[in-house]
Amino acid sequence: MIWLILLPLVWASLAFILGAGRGKWLAIAGLAAQTGLAFDLAAKVGAGGTAISHTIGGWGAPLGIDLTADGLSAAMLLLTQCVALPLAVYASAYYKRDEAAGAYFWPLAGFLISGLNALFLSADLFNIYVTLELVGLAAVGLVAAGGGAQQVAAALRYLFATLVGSGLYLLGVALIYGAYGTVSIEVLTPLVTSETPRLMWIAGGLMLIGLMLKTALFPFHFWLPPAHGGAPAPVSALLSALVVKASFYLILRLWIGPFGPLIAAAEWLAWLPALLGTLAIFWGSWRAIRAERLKLLIAYSTVAQLGYLFLIFPLLTGHGAIQAGVMQAFAHGLAKAGMFVAAGVLIKATGQESVAGLAGAVERLPITLLAFGLAGMTLMGLPPSSGFLAKWQLIEAALDRGYWWLVVVVLAGGLLAAVYVFRVLRQAFLLAPPGQTVATVPRILEWTAFALAAASVLLGLRGVELMQLVGVVA
Amino acid sequence: MSSGLLFACVGALLFAMGIAGVILIGNLLRRVLAFNVMGSGAFLILVGLAQRNDVPDPVPQAMVLTGIVVAVAATALALALVRRLHALTGKLELPTDEI
Repeated sequence: MIWLILLPLVWASLAFILGAGRGKWLAIAGLAAQTGLAFDLAAKVGAGGTAISHTIGGWGAPLGIDLTADGLSAAMLLLTQCVALPLAVYASAYYKRDEAAGAYFWPLAGFLISGLNALFLSADLFNIYVTLELVGLAAVGLVAAGGGAQQVAAALRYLFATLVGSGLYLLGVALIYGAYGTVSIEVLTPLVTSETPRLMWIAGGLMLIGLMLKTALFPFHFWLPPAHGGAPAPVSALLSALVVKASFYLILRLWIGPFGPLIAAAEWLAWLPALLGTLAIFWGSWRAIRAERLKLLIAYSTVAQLGYLFLIFPLLTGHGAIQAGVMQAFAHGLAKAGMFVAAGVLIKATGQESVAGLAGAVERLPITLLAFGLAGMTLMGLPPSSGFLAKWQLIEAALDRGYWWLVVVVLAGGLLAAVYVFRVLRQAFLLAPPGQTVATVPRILEWTAFALAAASVLLGLRGVELMQLVGVVA
Repeated sequence: MSSGLLFACVGALLFAMGIAGVILIGNLLRRVLAFNVMGSGAFLILVGLAQRNDVPDPVPQAMVLTGIVVAVAATALALALVRRLHALTGKLELPTDEI
């Protein structure tokens, strides 16, 4: 389990020492090994039916650092590795040798993945703060790597948002330590009751706001579209598919863990994230439908899709809500990574960033367009994709509790997604304007986009195993 | 009022000032400074609240040390980006036009 954190650190450091633009084979080999480890861990957790713990260096909790993997952690680790490996293959062909934008992609991506894996495995609140910062700083570095004024401005805006978010989280940790004298989630959970001191409410509120800011939930989404829409395609894919999911995972973990009794005491509280999620779905879809640039369209679609993740909070007291959330995280992670890399191929080939510039793309890049369509299918929630499974679970859980308006939101969101996906596909099927040249792109770029998008659809057929895995709790 | 609680109250004040600065100030250099004020506030609360009967607790001290390292790294990254932006646009403020 420790190797999931150490391996990316090792290959990232080696890639940094080797110099600009090098280390891609190390990274791909490392990620392949990590994918194996993640599957192995998931199999162990799934078979054992309990969480697995590891004390680093033999030093146990108050002094040392504990790592714990339960079903939720194992599933998120699996998602991270399964998205990062195809993206690494894609990025190795995407960046030309000596291209400035790709100079430090490999070290930064390695630190990012190491931070993510550490975050999913950490069992204490302060360690999670450190990993949050690691992920945030590496992500900002990746956004800025393009080097243009617009990208640096987007990176700075992102940096301030993520620093305020983790600052609020740290303040929450400080208050919790002041109240209980521990930051271990395992020790903390039984201590908190509904008659908890006022301090705990303040801490919970601060952490929730900070993490929502980092997840880019409406109305805190202002930093996401410029950062995700302006970065190079592999970076956008990493950020949209994985980084925003990390803070969502953390909200979920705290919500069902230490802050559970507080929320049980005030049930209306669960409607706040659901309401913001609903607004995010409508606002993000609307902006995606109106967006001029292809990557901005996909970035706003991320804002909308993140909204679904927050619809599960009022349902968490019933069955199947966590499964629906994790399934949506998987569906969106794979599909959005596929969509961003497909957009990267389209932009590279046509040399145009606008949606209008796509005319005629279907003749030249049929596989990429197919990938885009498959990913769109998952976002719309058509069967048999994993997006369909996620929405089905969500609707079932909502109807179980009688919250029919959540069903309306989910279905309307699917229709809106269809509007912006078909807007792109329609444009691609138009005849190319005469005299337009389409550059050739490496085949491997097209096929990795296809692989990611196809995985998002095919996961729908293997969803049962994933849901069983998520059901494993400590 | 014990000294620990006093530290925590000052820390809360600093944090509030810092976060207001990060959100409201346009000049990027002052914004980076405001972030550091915010961080210091959180560290003061962490160390101050954990004191029992004026006996310092070593665990939050170690945490604050880690936190300072993180804050230094974040500040360095922010300054590098601000310098880059200044070299590219000649301004110390974020462009206002949204894309």
